[in-house]
Amino acid sequence: MKLTDIIQLTKARLVAGGKTEKHEIKRAFSSDLMSDVLTLDTEHILLITGLANPQLIRTAEMADIEVVLLARNKKATPEMIELAEEVGLVLLETPYSIFRASGILFQNGIKAVY
Amino acid sequence: MRLEFEIASGDFSQAGRASSRIKKVLKQLHIDPKIIKRIVIAVYEAEVNVVAHSVGGTIVAEISGNDIEVIIQDNGPGIEDISLAMKEGYSTASKKVRDMGFGAGMGLPNINKNTDELDIKSTPGVGTTLKFKNNFNG
Repeated sequence: MKLTDIIQLTKARLVAGGKTEKHEIKRAFSSDLMSDVLTLDTEHILLITGLANPQLIRTAEMADIEVVLLARNKKATPEMIELAEEVGLVLLETPYSIFRASGILFQNGIKAVY
Repeated sequence: MRLEFEIASGDFSQAGRASSRIKKVLKQLHIDPKIIKRIVIAVYEAEVNVVAHSVGGTIVAEISGNDIEVIIQDNGPGIEDISLAMKEGYSTASKKVRDMGFGAGMGLPNINKNTDELDIKSTPGVGTTLKFKNNFNG
């Protein structure tokens, strides 16, 4: 799925990472627990989370995740946005809950990691 | 090539800085991305551990043509029972650390999973030294 479709389907706002056309998302993982994200063997996925802190950006960086969707109307802090730009991460904000965002994206063809 | 970092206790805004730098260097060396991921996840888990649990420490990464050796050393308080700490789900993390998305008792098992050779030595009251080595050829 193209990033523009993810943005449209979840009514998301792009807050970091300008180059949206290069991403093609096939799988996603939803979690607030970064320890779980760090155990995944799949790369280049979409991470849907309600955790908004700089460690989210660092975790995504180490786990080779290039797109993060902040759910539950959580806002990225200026520190997070700066770090995301630095590591080349696309950061999105959606007003939807994790369940709703995950459901919509799953219904539209994004697969689960497991 | 030798990379050295000071890790301050409790400074979560800086946690990941060392892992990020090591990742950049390995990418410049054109190491297989799957192998880089294993290495930096192990370093990052250890880096978060030093910030979350210790009074501070250092990370030293020694990169040669075939492998990387990383030594993460802290100045205490040390781990009472390493085999218990290696058990998935066992954690002594504070609420603050858990609120940040860590402290689920998965760090050390995940380091073990992502490293080729791992050695942990700890003396309560003195500190912990975690040493691991990963080969660049898988």
